[in-house]
Amino acid sequence: MNESQGSKAIVWLLLMTATVVLTWGLSEQGLSLRIATVATVLIAAWKVRLVLLKFMELERAPWGLRGLFEGWVVLAVGAILIPYLLT
Amino acid sequence: MSKAIAEHRRVPGLEGFWVFIAGDMTLFALLFGAFMAERRDTPTLFEHGRQALNPNIGGLNTLVLLTSSWLVVNCLIAVRRGQARAGLNWLTGAIACGVAFLCSKVLEYSRELGDGHSVFSSDFFMFYFILTGIHLFHVVVGCVVMSFFWAKIRNKSISGRNGLAGLECMGIYWHMVDLLWIMLFPLLYLLR
Repeated sequence: MNESQGSKAIVWLLLMTATVVLTWGLSEQGLSLRIATVATVLIAAWKVRLVLLKFMELERAPWGLRGLFEGWVVLAVGAILIPYLLT
Repeated sequence: MSKAIAEHRRVPGLEGFWVFIAGDMTLFALLFGAFMAERRDTPTLFEHGRQALNPNIGGLNTLVLLTSSWLVVNCLIAVRRGQARAGLNWLTGAIACGVAFLCSKVLEYSRELGDGHSVFSSDFFMFYFILTGIHLFHVVVGCVVMSFFWAKIRNKSISGRNGLAGLECMGIYWHMVDLLWIMLFPLLYLLR
């Protein structure tokens, strides 16, 4: 496995681990509901960012294009967490 | 001068394709907001609906799509290096994962419909079926497009900058399908 494939494999492992933690781990930690939910959404956002930068190769894209999609992550998190925290 | 060389940045795929990707993702972000706004009005009803879903299936589907995305990345690496056979193998795996997600989702829908849930049964399920249904349509299109590129790689007709750019666009589209599910899954199945 060459260096590029190796680094992408590490990204995949991180994504898979985060998914397991998020799906089956957080609920077992005795965290308050709100903290667990906020953590869940933030971990999901981190995963999205990894896919954008490492799989969609925005990491080496022009800053404007990269900034647009990093902005989408902020938009999506805001659209979910702001109403949630106001509920 | 060395800094300019080190800072070389390129647009993956085709520039115009990113306009489509941005538009599609913005639509979903708006739907996320609409879901959350509706949930604010009837949180108990939404929680009731959420509890009828199976997060184990949702979590497994997430693992399947993540793996599919990774396999597409490996396909692209292989094709860029001129390793068409390896690229074909990676892409076969990616398509298989896409089909597995599709089958899983159909079985899940069957169970939910059998339990009496539908687009008309509650606002939660209206959002659930519409959001996951639109996403599932994207999965179907993605599997068809990946199959098209599978044939192109097999026929050795991916060549030059334009050919590779098309393959990159295929990958970008599929990663978008993946990342949309990464947000959809916790939104629908886990948010309490």
